[in-house]
Amino acid sequence: MTALNKKLLRDLWRMRGQLLTVALVVACGIATYVTMRGSYESIANAQREYYSKYHFADVFATLKRAPNSLEPSIAAIPGVSSVQTRIVVEVTLDVPGLQEPALGRLVSIPEHGTPSLNDLCIRRGRYIEPGRRDEVLASEAFANANRLDVGATIGAVINGRWEPLRIVGIALSPEYVYEIRGAEVFPDNKRFGVFWMSREALGPAFNMEGGFNDISLALSPGGSEAEVLSRLDNLLEPYGGLGAYGRIDQVSNRFLSDEIVQDRITGIFIPTIFLAVAAFLIHVVLSRLVHTQRNAIGLLKAFGFSNASVGLHYLGFALAAVLLGTLLGVPLGIWLGRGLSQLYQDFFRFPELRFVPTLSMIVSVVAISGGAACFGALSALRSVAALPPAEAMQPEAPARFRPGIAERLGLQRFVPLSARMILRNLERRPWKAMLSTLGLALAGAILIVGFYFYDAIEHLVRVEFQTAAREDVGITFNEPLGSSARYSVERLPGVFRAEPFRVVAARLRFEHRSRRVGILGLADDRDMRRIVDRDFHVVDLPPNGIVLSASLSKILGVSPGDTLTIEVLEGERPVRPMIVAGTVEDLIGTSAYMDIHALNRLMREGETISGAYLSVDTLVAPKLYSFLKQTPAVSGVNVREAMLQSFRDTIARSLGISTGALIAFACVIAFGIVYNGALIALSERAHELVSLRVLGFTHTEIGWMLLGEQAILAGVSIPMGFLLGYGICGLLVYSMQSELYRMPLVISSRTYAFACITVTLASVLSGLLISQKLRKLDLIAVLKARE
Amino acid sequence: MPDPVFHVRKVSKVYHMGDVEVHALRGVDLDLFPGEFVVLLGPSGSGKSTLLNILGGLDVPTSGEVYYLDHNLTAAESAELTRYRREHVGFVFQFYNLIPSLTALENTALVTEIAENPLDSHECLRLVGLEERLNHFPAQMSGGEQQRVAIARAIAKRPEVLLCDEPTGALDCPTGRLVLEVLDRVNRELGTITVVITHNVVIADMADRVIRISSGEIIDIHRNEKKVAPSELTW
Ligand SMILES: Nc1ncnc2c1ncn2[C@@H]1O[C@H](COP(=O)(O)OP(=O)(O)O)[C@@H](O)[C@H]1O
Ligand SMILES: [Mg+2]
Repeated sequence: MTALNKKLLRDLWRMRGQLLTVALVVACGIATYVTMRGSYESIANAQREYYSKYHFADVFATLKRAPNSLEPSIAAIPGVSSVQTRIVVEVTLDVPGLQEPALGRLVSIPEHGTPSLNDLCIRRGRYIEPGRRDEVLASEAFANANRLDVGATIGAVINGRWEPLRIVGIALSPEYVYEIRGAEVFPDNKRFGVFWMSREALGPAFNMEGGFNDISLALSPGGSEAEVLSRLDNLLEPYGGLGAYGRIDQVSNRFLSDEIVQDRITGIFIPTIFLAVAAFLIHVVLSRLVHTQRNAIGLLKAFGFSNASVGLHYLGFALAAVLLGTLLGVPLGIWLGRGLSQLYQDFFRFPELRFVPTLSMIVSVVAISGGAACFGALSALRSVAALPPAEAMQPEAPARFRPGIAERLGLQRFVPLSARMILRNLERRPWKAMLSTLGLALAGAILIVGFYFYDAIEHLVRVEFQTAAREDVGITFNEPLGSSARYSVERLPGVFRAEPFRVVAARLRFEHRSRRVGILGLADDRDMRRIVDRDFHVVDLPPNGIVLSASLSKILGVSPGDTLTIEVLEGERPVRPMIVAGTVEDLIGTSAYMDIHALNRLMREGETISGAYLSVDTLVAPKLYSFLKQTPAVSGVNVREAMLQSFRDTIARSLGISTGALIAFACVIAFGIVYNGALIALSERAHELVSLRVLGFTHTEIGWMLLGEQAILAGVSIPMGFLLGYGICGLLVYSMQSELYRMPLVISSRTYAFACITVTLASVLSGLLISQKLRKLDLIAVLKARE
Repeated sequence: MPDPVFHVRKVSKVYHMGDVEVHALRGVDLDLFPGEFVVLLGPSGSGKSTLLNILGGLDVPTSGEVYYLDHNLTAAESAELTRYRREHVGFVFQFYNLIPSLTALENTALVTEIAENPLDSHECLRLVGLEERLNHFPAQMSGGEQQRVAIARAIAKRPEVLLCDEPTGALDCPTGRLVLEVLDRVNRELGTITVVITHNVVIADMADRVIRISSGEIIDIHRNEKKVAPSELTW
């Protein structure tokens, strides 16, 4: 080993605290990159493979009923490569161990062979056997949530009668990677499940013999989706077609694809913050090192070492930090990535979702970190090269200071001397002070972002589940019933009040833009279900006209006062103009609301309701649930509290790990910045501080003079971090807004307080470590040694 | 003869450097009296700084006893020593160790903030002849000027004793002479016991007493019959 390398190792060991803090920040950058980028790549891969291996369809449509004889004309549409017709129905389920009735979606599969599109991945058990009409395959999400396995039996209301369904297999489908009912946003796997059963069994039970009500198509390469959609709509229109759509509007695929895009964005954004902070820390540490070792550098140069070899020697610190950061960060990233993909499996069901960090990804992140480290080292290395050997060996003159801001404002009389010292030190290196503050502010901002998600979800729950939807239970009828059904419902056990609603599938059209929606007709005397915007304002629903989600009005390009066209996709399929009465800035979905009577008039039907919202006596609820389970006319039951609970559980679990990691990472940044800042200040100012100790100043007094600077930086950084955190959340909100949901930009004071306390604690902790060092300073040794 | 202010008996100091024991002081006996100007003379490594540091409460002896009036410095806790320094001792070193971010006046004023009965900081700077340089930062002053600020800072709290470890070591002759004049004036005008370490024999002529140290032992204490004014010293 050369002498220079020995010196490097010795320096690294002496500076191990600084090396470690910098390496930890690098490790955070690498770990977040490996985690996020790795998850992104893993999920995107898993999606691609799943879709192709299991023949995920390209085009989907539901209809009322069409004869099988229509199939050849559909297959003949140019651009269609294969067709799969199915029967899909929703039924009430009685699940062992579950008080409330659940909703099952029964999807037909062929008795012989396997589905040609949207094929199933059998996880456990087996495929159904021909002729065994009670056999079903259950979706894994539902089976796991209800702890059901192969061999279990659940009850389902089929054709007005309770039928037992025997689970012979647990399956996954590319159609239900994200398994969710209707227009919900968050899954409730306990109360909603998909089941696949024989078409020969489903057909007769639901009047579908010789026909179908659901269709999936695969496009041939080069086939035009838009063309196929419009031709398919034309073909299905006489059969009650509800409008065909492509993958982009397929609910599960949409959620999954949105998630993948978000992962890609955050996977670039967060690691960048860490690497920028790491570069900054390397800059300050190395600049100081070069400064304190100017004699040694001069000596080395005088001995004839080249600029390059001396420079490389100092670059060693930066590279050591990256090496150590890699050794810590890569395994940490892989570990977190594995944990994250476990969590993903709560939401997204893949046959195989393995977190596979690719070598090329790891090589590239190490290269990027190395680049960031070299960038940080640049100015220090430049000063190594610029240092003439002779000058380097002279002792240096005291640092230059000038009167600070207090003097220029004529306020010095009011500023104590120790504060003047602190302020002048800050003013002497404004860039360093600003970058340190920015780094600390970023730590605060990361914390705010981490906790923002809790706030956003809490706000969303309060708006959507506690202000807009206040019913205890929502029930949906098999088929629309006369309005008197409301009174029958009110007579059910435990029901205080019932509020009817009507849902109608329709296409809204304005100019050349159109959108499929379910128009929700609400009662005028409604109290439980209201239309509420993101600020908790209740929006009026006029007796005529339609009220749209602001997001929907944007898609359609309409504003209040415009007249759009409603093409109803059910019943007699009336097409009617309708005035847009208003818009509502809501948070979930793309909704359209009308007064229930106006909707009935639009449908040219009498007073008809699709279901009702109920307020229920919780003590009697179990009785109501078992009654509803027995009621074939009711096909869906929503229990708000249960849904909310399962939603909160899932979210808490998934946010827990990422928030935990973010907190830890933010602490690493805050700690690293304060620790290195204070340690460098200590090395720069050891002499002056010790000379004050000699004159009788106490540890505490000296400690403040040293750490006050860091305290001010941390203090300034906190409000800055608040602003920055708010800004980043704003960016996230903007980049994550989708038709499915919009995150509200609300940050609670609890989040701010938490960010503030965490940054403060991390700073105080590193301050304490430095003050320990200050306490241990050997006064005499410091006085003897000249830099 | 008045009672001694410092009372040093059989003081030894042993440093452990790995396996090697370094005997920096070997049984030193010494008394210092009010208002004295003492020069501590000896070759490098003879134990001068060690003795000065023990007198100033920066260090404690390995054995023997040291009293400042009735303060026992031998067995004092670190906090006690800090208080002792704060209340009674002024230090000046070869390197000035001023706070670079504070002006001359502020460097001095900083010390007056912790003293019970301080001198006025303007007065201190006038005493060291720097009334013209009050608002200069250390980087704007010469070495001699910085050293005089260091002296002003050391005397600002009106210490009973001023300990100077090679105060002219880094200065040329005329500048060093200026610093010595200041020390002499402080000693005369404030009556501060002043101990100055040097290995420059010439400086010994301005002292009341000259103490010679060699290899950790006092080999000679000599009283000058006639003190020479510092302005007349040359080296
Ligand atoms: N902290 C210490 N650790 C070990 N040895 C020391 C220490 N301080 C001083 N010494 C040794 O004690 C002896 C006396 O030192 P010092 O009092 O500084 O001498 P002087 O000031 O006369 O040059 C020297 O040999 C020196 O090496
Ligand atoms: Mg010495």
